[in-house]
Amino acid sequence: MSETGLPSRPEANPELIPGERYLQVQASPEFQDLRNRLRRFVFPMTAVFLIWYTIYVLLGAFAHDFMATKVWGDVNVGLIIGLGQFLSTFLITGLYVRFANRNLDPRAGALRAELESEIR
Amino acid sequence: MTTTVLAAETIGNPVANIGIFSLFVVVTMFVVIRASKRNATADEFFTGGRGFSGPQNGIAIAGDYLSAASFLGIAGAIAVYGYDGFLYSIGFLVAWLVALLLVAELLRNTGKFTMADVLSFRLRQRPVRLAAATNTLTVSLFYLLAQMAGAGGLVALLLDIRSRTGQSVVIAVVGVLMIVYVLVGGMKGTTWVQIIKAVLLIVGAAVMTVMVLAKFGLNFSEILGSAQSAISGATTEGVAKRDVLAPGAQYGGTLTSQINFISLALALVLGTAGLPHVLMRFYTVPTAKEARRSVVWAIALIGAFYLFTLVLGYGAAALVGPDRILSAAGGVNSAAPLLAFQLGGVVLLGVISAVAFATILAVVAGLTITASASFAHDIYASVLKKGTVTEAEQVRVSRITAVVLGVFAIGLGILANGQNVAFLVALAFAVAAAANLPTIVFSLYWKRFNTRGALWSMYGGLISTIVLIVFSPAVSGAKTAMIPGADFAWFPLANPGIVSIPLAFILGIVGTLTSPDHGDPELNAEMEVRSLTGIGAEKAVAH
Repeated sequence: MSETGLPSRPEANPELIPGERYLQVQASPEFQDLRNRLRRFVFPMTAVFLIWYTIYVLLGAFAHDFMATKVWGDVNVGLIIGLGQFLSTFLITGLYVRFANRNLDPRAGALRAELESEIR
Repeated sequence: MTTTVLAAETIGNPVANIGIFSLFVVVTMFVVIRASKRNATADEFFTGGRGFSGPQNGIAIAGDYLSAASFLGIAGAIAVYGYDGFLYSIGFLVAWLVALLLVAELLRNTGKFTMADVLSFRLRQRPVRLAAATNTLTVSLFYLLAQMAGAGGLVALLLDIRSRTGQSVVIAVVGVLMIVYVLVGGMKGTTWVQIIKAVLLIVGAAVMTVMVLAKFGLNFSEILGSAQSAISGATTEGVAKRDVLAPGAQYGGTLTSQINFISLALALVLGTAGLPHVLMRFYTVPTAKEARRSVVWAIALIGAFYLFTLVLGYGAAALVGPDRILSAAGGVNSAAPLLAFQLGGVVLLGVISAVAFATILAVVAGLTITASASFAHDIYASVLKKGTVTEAEQVRVSRITAVVLGVFAIGLGILANGQNVAFLVALAFAVAAAANLPTIVFSLYWKRFNTRGALWSMYGGLISTIVLIVFSPAVSGAKTAMIPGADFAWFPLANPGIVSIPLAFILGIVGTLTSPDHGDPELNAEMEVRSLTGIGAEKAVAH
């Protein structure tokens, strides 16, 4: 624990869990599974939306003529790709929520319940 | 579509505008007083007792995020620059995925009141807290100043107050109201002000969007066509040749301006998840799952709102016309109010004006409570008093800080009134992205990360961003600069993010690896286990 005894340490209960116990939990297969699942989802997904956004920004900066290509009436490629950014943002949000509800919450909840039962 | 250019026209009825705004103040003040019967403990004052639901907090986040700059500014930018204004809103929206995927839930699980709680969790408390609090205060101050200075222009447009003294009085009134909201309401009161404001703003924008669409027979393509022909018919110099349907009207041309645009885009997408007043909102919900729900609500509302501004911006170009917008008192910012008047006369204009004022009020209140919490909790309690301070004392210090900040903001707002400080919001995002985000991400996901890495990254990001902006065309050496008379600019970009953000990430890595400090393995384990499972996370206050 930190040497300062700062108020940032929640007064509730984690103090009662010894540091070695956190190391044990961290090394446990259940925790590693939770950690890997989280990372295997959020890191690639972050890469995907950042690359997609970068492509859009680069097109916006350098490919004016391409973006100005008319598709339907006065609606052009730039507008469609821009609205595509909205769509992909909503889509990734939905995918993450579904993933977190199904895959993360039950595992995190089980670990939390186990630790909480030890400090009662 | 061309209208004769009137000398700074006044629109609507100032009395109606003031009346509707006063009604907003009375209603919110009542709600704040009702909601804030209990504000004794630090949990209640700083986090509203962590009792807000995900949807409530999501609406409040939207209220915090959709500042006057993004409502009036983006609608106006679309009206006169077209597509390039739309680019801003995309950066502002996509940025929320960083918050959703990487930051919100883990932050909620490990922190208590401030951003520094998370950053200093497993590092050396005092230096890291001091750095994090310095960044929090800097970002909040830039953001605050931009809002307060913007209030002056809005006053001129909506209340027909032209004298500097009159405008100063209004800025002071806004500042005093904000202080009262924060002192009386704490985080709970501030949150309710943001919720009410967000609902008014989004509903108001939705109504206007429907009215614009109805005028064009629900044909979006026709709005675009009319906007382009209105722009092409403009008599204001340099406007008529713009292609507002494609990118490039504002950032086209030279390679420098294209790189400047990329730099801005980078700061926008990475800045949001490093804004302290956004991060602090995640502590107002009881669990990490509610933090997730709040981001989902925020993304839905903010996304919908930016879609509305797209219609409103092009609608303003088509129906009001660029000449009238540019010659109005607020310049570009007057596009949305002028459109409101065109569509719904005095009443709609009054509502939109009141919403714009409420926006400034709610955003500055959110910034003030964040900055004062960080000062009291991080600098006063941890750095100065070494953790010997009770939470009641922290609340007391925070209240005093809020008053000082409020007075400071009024003074700066009056001084900056009429100055070109539009770059300050972009600067706040650039500082947040460079100085805060690398350390947040590293401390949540990189076990080896240590104190030296954090300090190098935070101070390096902060100093490089500010130095580059001071020597950029935003401050001197250009017609649109803050000090147009002087020229000491040597950095070509008005947006420093493309340099300072990668630099801060690299400094975090280099600082970490050159230090032998591997941290306390038990503390590292505790932080990781707690951030992912929520064990020991701060609970909601029972009522």
